Amino acid sequence: MTKDLLGLEETSEKEIRFFLDSTETFKEVLSRPIKKVPTLRGKTIVTLFYEPSTRTRMSFELAGKRMGADVSNIAVSGSSIEKGESLKDTIRTIEAMGTDLIIIRHGKAGAPHLAAKTTNACVINAGDGAHEHPTQGLLDLFTIQEKKGKIAGLHVLIVGDIAHSRVARSDIWGLTKMGAKVTVCGPPTLIPVEIAKMGVSVSYDLNSVLSSADVIYVLRLQLERQKKGLFPSIQEYIQYYAITKERLAQAKTDALIMHPGPMNIGLEITEEVAASIHSAIQEQVFNGVAIRMAVLNYLLGGKEHEVDS
Amino acid sequence: MNKAAAKSSTLVLDEERIQRTLSRIAHEILEYHKGTDNLAFIGIRTRGVFLSDRLAEEIEDLEKVRIPTGVLDITLYRDDLSLLSDFPVMKKTEIPYDVTGKKIILVDDVLYTGRTVRAAIDEILDLGRPLAIQLAVLIDRGHRELPFRADFIGKNLPTSLNEQVEVRLKECDPEEGVWIVKKGV
Repeated sequence: MTKDLLGLEETSEKEIRFFLDSTETFKEVLSRPIKKVPTLRGKTIVTLFYEPSTRTRMSFELAGKRMGADVSNIAVSGSSIEKGESLKDTIRTIEAMGTDLIIIRHGKAGAPHLAAKTTNACVINAGDGAHEHPTQGLLDLFTIQEKKGKIAGLHVLIVGDIAHSRVARSDIWGLTKMGAKVTVCGPPTLIPVEIAKMGVSVSYDLNSVLSSADVIYVLRLQLERQKKGLFPSIQEYIQYYAITKERLAQAKTDALIMHPGPMNIGLEITEEVAASIHSAIQEQVFNGVAIRMAVLNYLLGGKEHEVDS
Repeated sequence: MNKAAAKSSTLVLDEERIQRTLSRIAHEILEYHKGTDNLAFIGIRTRGVFLSDRLAEEIEDLEKVRIPTGVLDITLYRDDLSLLSDFPVMKKTEIPYDVTGKKIILVDDVLYTGRTVRAAIDEILDLGRPLAIQLAVLIDRGHRELPFRADFIGKNLPTSLNEQVEVRLKECDPEEGVWIVKKGV
């Protein structure tokens, strides 16, 4: 095993399966009146986020606290990073204060890998540029398996802004390793040509692929990352690629709707679809804490107890 | 090293004696509690679960009352975790009743250092506030490191530290019985 979780590309199917299986244990803990176990007592976890985040940062923080670890959060604004401290120096400083695990989100792909090489502490990638977001990938896999009973053999359709999406990349690595068939769909300017090498089908026509999908994974249109001119207008994007009630009607009757959040309601997805019985969006958020507990336990916790009682 | 050559084992309880012992413990529990009111079992994974199920069956035969049983997995509460395996099987605690107000009888196969019991009691108290917790074990082998004692004991088995007590049950093992195994030097 490795000390870090940097991406699902380098995570084996066996490890993924282990994370999915052990998440059930932590869902049970989260269903208790006292949602806390002492497994990581005495461990120190730091979240270092160079980009904004609500659910990922909070869910890591809760996961750590519910396992008894001490969790500190560093936001870039208000920290020494604003004074020009380098990533390596920041990591060394965090390590010097006795940190066991660092959770890092960064705008540049590969930043968590650099951090992992710099420190003996464990590093979890909580999103690096358009590269990977492995715990989101794991929670998506878990939610699909929970809702559908399996992953292998399912057809998963990922719709929208593939080019800017680290979630899409982690999902594609995870889903293909677990035996699902993946199709990505969106305007040609938002789908990198190279994506086909990851073992996915590519479609530019949503209506032609909608009816065969078991899971419709809607990505957030990352307007803040977009250079202008990738598609003619938002109205046109909605017309061709938004998941609306009418489009949902063309899909399988048991199709699952997922979204990594935060949603642009009325843009890539409508309020009606997000709140429909097809939607697993709330479950994704709920499962996020449990899956992160499983990852923290794997990286920081003991692995097996002794034979004697 | 040849494991078979380095170990010798002695059978101390066979299947029939295990069943008689459990039957006696069931009677002792009923006698102590003067019935089954508010009683509930919690078995510690793995073999404590099967033992608690058998105790519940014994009591059902005697009293025609089914005492609720639950399963405790104490992995997240242990203090002696080491790095033996990369992929331990993670199991759940599954207690289908509210422990608050219950007289809990905690069941395990072997009482040794007491650290498992400590972890189990911590976990139960996180789940609610039982009226009382008692401990029933098939084997008490001594060598406590924490101040615990069992309320219901199948057999006291004085052992030395280089011996190991192996409980095998037909629910999860190919054969049933309790053995003392001498560890190889």
